[in-house]
Amino acid sequence: MRHEPMEREAMKPAGYRRDDAAGTHPALDTPAYASTRLRAPKRPLVLLPHRLTEVTGPLLGAERVGPTDHDLTVQHGGEPLGERIVVTGRVLDGDGRPVRGALVEVWQANACGRYRHDGDRHDAPLDPNFTGLGRCLTDDAGRYRFVTVKPGAYPWKNHQNAWRPAHIHFSVFGWAFTQRLITQMYFPGDPLFEFDPILGSVPERARDRLVARFDLATTEPEWALGYQWDIVLRGREATPPGADDDESNEGGR
Amino acid sequence: MSGAPSGPTPSQTVGPFFAIALPWPDGQAVVPEGTPGAVVIGGRVLDGAGEPVPDALVETWQADPDGRFAHPDDPRGPNPAGTGFRGFGRAPTDADGRWSVRTVKPGPLPAEDGGTEAPHLDVSVFARGLLHRVVTRIYFPDEAEANAADPVLASIDDEHARATLVAAAQAPGRLRFDIHLQGPDETLFFDL
Repeated sequence: MRHEPMEREAMKPAGYRRDDAAGTHPALDTPAYASTRLRAPKRPLVLLPHRLTEVTGPLLGAERVGPTDHDLTVQHGGEPLGERIVVTGRVLDGDGRPVRGALVEVWQANACGRYRHDGDRHDAPLDPNFTGLGRCLTDDAGRYRFVTVKPGAYPWKNHQNAWRPAHIHFSVFGWAFTQRLITQMYFPGDPLFEFDPILGSVPERARDRLVARFDLATTEPEWALGYQWDIVLRGREATPPGADDDESNEGGR
Repeated sequence: MSGAPSGPTPSQTVGPFFAIALPWPDGQAVVPEGTPGAVVIGGRVLDGAGEPVPDALVETWQADPDGRFAHPDDPRGPNPAGTGFRGFGRAPTDADGRWSVRTVKPGPLPAEDGGTEAPHLDVSVFARGLLHRVVTRIYFPDEAEANAADPVLASIDDEHARATLVAAAQAPGRLRFDIHLQGPDETLFFDL
């Protein structure tokens, strides 16, 4: 009898914070990015309280990651052309806690700004030694690390003389469906930033969160430049009174 | 090494070239072929002109048939009957905008105040032109009673919009769920 109310309480798990959504993420309806016109939903979104399906999520493990997936420069017979770089950082939740064992997937253009994809019509050479696909799991400090080449800028058809700043696409699973994030990482000081409607779709004060930091300590002498970029997922709301103390984002794996 | 994080990382579009990395050979198989009770759920992703979206990625997340999650934040603990149910599906659309996953119907879920959530899948849709994923839910057409008592469906006043969340029976073992990003039949999307 005594544990029945406890159990009910537990069925209302602590959700994930919605604070800051308007100041962080792009508006779906961003006319300067032409592809939004027929694709961004027009109706107001309906609030979804976080229940069991939203506070849990796929925990995809080592079986998703191959032995050379973290190093995009060793996946073929020879080395890809371009500026060799190390890109590393931590996946954290909104309270600064490391998200451990999280699957991070990346994809990018080659050094010439060409993707290995049939849909890419940019007249720049493909590199037989570069696919542009990477995967890894975060370690106990929430850290990921990739070796790759710096992607090139490339033109697109969004508007007259449109060019994307160099970027690497990141897909991250946190611990919960609510934390799932797909985004892009940019390189510091790119002169194309101010002309790019995709980076420009992010509220101004949050834009620099998408820009990696050059780091001499990460740079490997005689070998590769180093960049640091942390990814911050949503944080958890306070555990409701009566429910068990929640260490679950930190443990379990 | 790096300073204190300045806030949550903003979302960006998945873009047109994610097929380099994100589709998995077994992505659509939430359960292996031949699983008893397996159902194929799928449909098309359509834009505001009614045209197929050939470069979308649909991801699904759900409980197992007992209504349990293989996850430490399921307060009921691990399912004793669980056998490593993945619960996650990932399906890119084809040239006609078609996607599908093979799964089993999840069980109902306990909700607050003694309520019950009807069996459902949470769904994310990513695509070029979507600067942030859009999130919806798939409910089951043969669960009319449970759907009527579901707290999420009950929170939606617009009957037409609510109906966009219920899949249609297409054939035995096959459910259809089209995702309309815009237009008169625009799918109901959630603020997560």
